[in-house]
Amino acid sequence: MAAASETPVLETRDLDKRFGGIVAANAISMAIRRGARHALIGPNGAGKTTFVNLLTGMLRPSGGEILLDGAPITNLEPHRRVRLGIARTFQINQLFADLTPIETLGLAVSERHGSGRDWWRIVGSRAGITAEVAELLERFRLVDVMTERTAILPYGKQRLLEIAVAFACGPRVLLLDEPAAGVPEAERHEILATIAALPADVTVLLIEHDMDIVFSFADRISVLVNGELFVEGPPDEVARDPRVKAVYLGEAFDG
Amino acid sequence: MTRKADTAVTRFLTSRARIGPFETAFWLAAFATIYFLPGRHLILTETAIWGLFALSLDLILGYAGIISLGHAAFFGVGAYAAGLLAKYEIIVEPSVALLCAGLIAAALGFATSFLVLRGSDLTRLMVTLGVSLVCFELANKFADLTGGADGLQGVAMAPVFGAYRFDLFGHTAYVYTLAWLFVLFMLARRVVNSPFGLSLKAIKGNPLRSSAIGIAVNWRLVAIYTLSAGYAGIAGGLLAQTQAFASLSMLSIERSADVLLILIIGGTGYLYGGLIGALIYRLLQDYLSDLTARYWQFWIGLLLVAIVLVGRERIGGWIRSVETQIGRALRWPASTSSADQGA
Repeated sequence: MAAASETPVLETRDLDKRFGGIVAANAISMAIRRGARHALIGPNGAGKTTFVNLLTGMLRPSGGEILLDGAPITNLEPHRRVRLGIARTFQINQLFADLTPIETLGLAVSERHGSGRDWWRIVGSRAGITAEVAELLERFRLVDVMTERTAILPYGKQRLLEIAVAFACGPRVLLLDEPAAGVPEAERHEILATIAALPADVTVLLIEHDMDIVFSFADRISVLVNGELFVEGPPDEVARDPRVKAVYLGEAFDG
Repeated sequence: MTRKADTAVTRFLTSRARIGPFETAFWLAAFATIYFLPGRHLILTETAIWGLFALSLDLILGYAGIISLGHAAFFGVGAYAAGLLAKYEIIVEPSVALLCAGLIAAALGFATSFLVLRGSDLTRLMVTLGVSLVCFELANKFADLTGGADGLQGVAMAPVFGAYRFDLFGHTAYVYTLAWLFVLFMLARRVVNSPFGLSLKAIKGNPLRSSAIGIAVNWRLVAIYTLSAGYAGIAGGLLAQTQAFASLSMLSIERSADVLLILIIGGTGYLYGGLIGALIYRLLQDYLSDLTARYWQFWIGLLLVAIVLVGRERIGGWIRSVETQIGRALRWPASTSSADQGA
């Protein structure tokens, strides 16, 4: 066993997922270093979101193993993985339309503190939790809309809330599934700035289409093609790799 | 800045749980009827029981989004439990017996909650309906115990706390029922305003995201379904105790449908819907049956269609907005700060 500091914070070994005859993940072995800014790229349908669903327990793998800090979590339910420190955002917003940002973040923070089952105390009566919610609202620039129903927030704010609520779970590993997808150019920088400002001790796995974002953010890049890990390395290496260029130019690549 | 935001967050979150002027007035009026409407205590008792029953349904439908067409199963089981406990003098003290009836119904709720965890609204409708049909036929079959189609006869109620006899005019019964309603309402109010209650609304809104922020979705649903069944059981027990009788109709699908109707009339998801719905239903029943003795349900049906088409939460919304207006007029603390921003 490697020393603790060398244990990847999140690791998959030969992870498989088949839907009938379709192979969505094929023997993916990937290690994510603690504190990394890791990006996962690949053409449409490469299996990026499937991989995130496997990591978070929304899907069960057909084979292989997932380890968090060296401990297997392959068969844990999603909410247990969240408590152990894996949080995610969704490519398509998954928010609570009728709740406000305050309540949304309050929920996540309460769960983390184990007071989500508390049925007697009134919401908002724990000073530690409200202070944390206030801090999150500021970090993710949501203070001005914090008492609005989520459903009526501008899309950019909803995307910020999507990241904020995942971050509120206090993750060791944060999985961002195309955080800026669909956000108008003018609101984009706000999202990128908050992602760039995430604390260094939180490991980030970013799934993204936009190469500008990937190369400005990542210190390591994995390329997924047809459910397989295709290339992995530092950004400059991946950028120079002719095979990656071939894939992104849409040319068939063999072997 | 953070300090200011923190204060705003605390104020916003706790404002929901604050008792507003409408609520105070509502309960003052309810308790005032003890003195001012002595001639109506029989009807008011029945109305309060319907209100409590509808409140129990609101806990799962309005907060957790679980639709049920068989909630009478728990009501009826609570009724028979309370009736049998009194008839065979197993537990003589009515309030303790009622609590036991509630616990028995809650146990049934817990056991059947696992059936409603998964699936669509249609699955849930059918499963809850199925459970209530099974309970109905069991009560029908074991006539030696339940009295079958004749109902449970020979229930003699002991005085409450050994002192207050259930009288012919229903005065004791009304005070007893109203006291239970008030206590259980305040408890439910506490529960829905807790982090647990908020997590139910989250599950109702988006179960996928709920599990993605660490909420154990299934266990929360089991918990609220169990609590709701217990509440329904106590409502049923109250009816059995105050009428010294239990019957198959308390388990029937008509009762399940009526309670859903009452809740929809009153509006879901703010707790008062059940109580207000029960009142409106009762008043309409009285008024309409004076007007057209045999066809009053025609108008109820028409009202139901209208309400659902206008929007089922509209009535509740109107009341809330009136409350906000009154609150502003009285300079009561605004219930949301978004109202402030709009000004």
